[in-house]
Amino acid sequence: MLAYLARRLTESFLVLAIMSALIFGLIGLMPGDPIDVMIFSDPEMSPEDAARLRALYGLDRPITERYLTWLGSALQGDFGYSRLYNQPTLDILLPRLGNTVILMGLSFVLALAIALPAGIYAATRPQGLVDHGINLLAFAGISIPPFWLAILLIILFSVTLGWLPAGGMGEGRDFWADQRFLVLPVIALTIATIGGVIRFMRAAAIEALRQDYVRTARAKGLSGRQILTGHVLRNAMIPVATILALQMGNLFSGALITETIFAYLGMGKTIYDSVVGNDYNVALVGLLLATLTTLLANLLADLAYTWLDPRISYQ
Amino acid sequence: MSEQAPPVLAADAALAGGAALTVRQIFWRRFFAHRLAVVSLVFLVLLSLLTASASLIESMLGVDGNLVDLFNTKQPPSAQHPLGTDELGRDTLVRLLYGGQVSLIVGLTAAVGSAVIGTFLGILAGYYGGRLDSLLMRFTDGVIALPILPLLIILAAVDLNKLGLPSDLVASESVSIYRMVALIVLVGWTTVARLVRGATLSMRTREFVRAAEALGASAPRIMLVHILPNVVSPIIVATTLSVGGIILLESVLSFLGLGIQPPLPSWGNMLTNAQELIWGSPVLAVYPGLLIFLTVIAFNFLGDGLQDALDPRAIETRD
Repeated sequence: MLAYLARRLTESFLVLAIMSALIFGLIGLMPGDPIDVMIFSDPEMSPEDAARLRALYGLDRPITERYLTWLGSALQGDFGYSRLYNQPTLDILLPRLGNTVILMGLSFVLALAIALPAGIYAATRPQGLVDHGINLLAFAGISIPPFWLAILLIILFSVTLGWLPAGGMGEGRDFWADQRFLVLPVIALTIATIGGVIRFMRAAAIEALRQDYVRTARAKGLSGRQILTGHVLRNAMIPVATILALQMGNLFSGALITETIFAYLGMGKTIYDSVVGNDYNVALVGLLLATLTTLLANLLADLAYTWLDPRISYQ
Repeated sequence: MSEQAPPVLAADAALAGGAALTVRQIFWRRFFAHRLAVVSLVFLVLLSLLTASASLIESMLGVDGNLVDLFNTKQPPSAQHPLGTDELGRDTLVRLLYGGQVSLIVGLTAAVGSAVIGTFLGILAGYYGGRLDSLLMRFTDGVIALPILPLLIILAAVDLNKLGLPSDLVASESVSIYRMVALIVLVGWTTVARLVRGATLSMRTREFVRAAEALGASAPRIMLVHILPNVVSPIIVATTLSVGGIILLESVLSFLGLGIQPPLPSWGNMLTNAQELIWGSPVLAVYPGLLIFLTVIAFNFLGDGLQDALDPRAIETRD
């Protein structure tokens, strides 16, 4: 088990190292560089000044050398400053990572809480009216553009009904008043996630219902509820866990869209703003943190396997 | 949608009756049993015809889809503008049709491109196995685990001039279409690659492949002539199902201002200003999104129907 964990963590760090080099190179290919931004804000800067600044910041050196310099200071915990916020990169990103984890976590739990019973219910009565209805809703959830859904929610709940704020964050004075800002983003992200989970859950539950152990359980007189929770749910969760693990990257992408539209200060919105606003340090570290988050979520899902299916053990 | 025996099973029962049906007839029977897929196919064909005749409709209405007319912004529907005009006074219907062309072209091209690359890598990994297989699949898993949208946002912001592409290409209006297709293919090949690898693994040990090997057929010939035709069904299903996701991805990137660049319309970039519009004229925020939704759900139903028609096992797990 420990050896398995060590191998997985090593792999994750390898992926992170490759990603950091890749993203560093990509950012070098983005239009302009930090000096261009300075020239833009100060038209009186002479070309000599610009050249001097480039040398000062090391931007005249080849990109591999710049990457190694960045890597050296990053490994010592120095990730540079944000251009837009004039603060250390991590001071900007870490609180927002927390906000994103809250948004993703709530939506994920809510999606599971609805999708698991819905999927199992549909599986017990295949081709029935309710099954068709659930199937239709699942397809709709997969197919609706997440940003458009968010806009529709704003039109309905903020513009027309005026019940909930259209976006933004609370001011930190009243805890419960601040939570109102979470409601619409969580609903939007939940709907965007739930369709896929329902379909996987339904397929997995149908498969589990056909197994011999279900017939045995029926034969020995267990109630329908006992069979569903004790035998079907547990076994159906195994394939579903694989797919949920792969959904983490998707969930993060959905969070980016949701955060951007609801002006929710999370990682996704910060990465988008930093790419659009040439805030190179934040873009780079933000994407690495996002990658790390999804890698760790994948690892957690794999560990959940051993709990769901004791036959699997990682040696 | 009745409570009786599922129509697909009825089709199978007719089949078991001994009627000599060709493979193609079986396919169409099963496909027509999936009513939503049939409706979706009709919808998509109509939509394609309508968007393809965008310039015809434009001249019939006597309007110019790109003409900015600040005296006639946000007009209600009229004879000349059946869906009214947008915030710059351009005809909404004509722009929706041109935007549909862009979204459909990007969706179909990127789906086929992803399928080609995914098939190539999947067959290689599945046929050769061993170290090549584990390397390619590790790579695939790595790409799948990445947060795709943030990565695409950085990729979409790359300055094409710095990549050394010819400047007249970079300046052309359609470059954002090529860029969009290239970016989506870059991250979109993973699903097909895994599917094809799995299917190839099971094909590799079949007798006809063994026989071909024994007869001295070369590896490329076995992969192309003996394996590829047998793994085509899952590729078709996965590719159809991926079109919807790709159209969604394109619309998200265009909505964020990093995909299809205006004045070239796409359903996504027509919604870029929607957040300001919802306070004044919410209708403009509804049309493009509704079209994306209907198109994506139609491709998903179509893929589902093809799965029923091409893969008998899928029906067993369905019912």
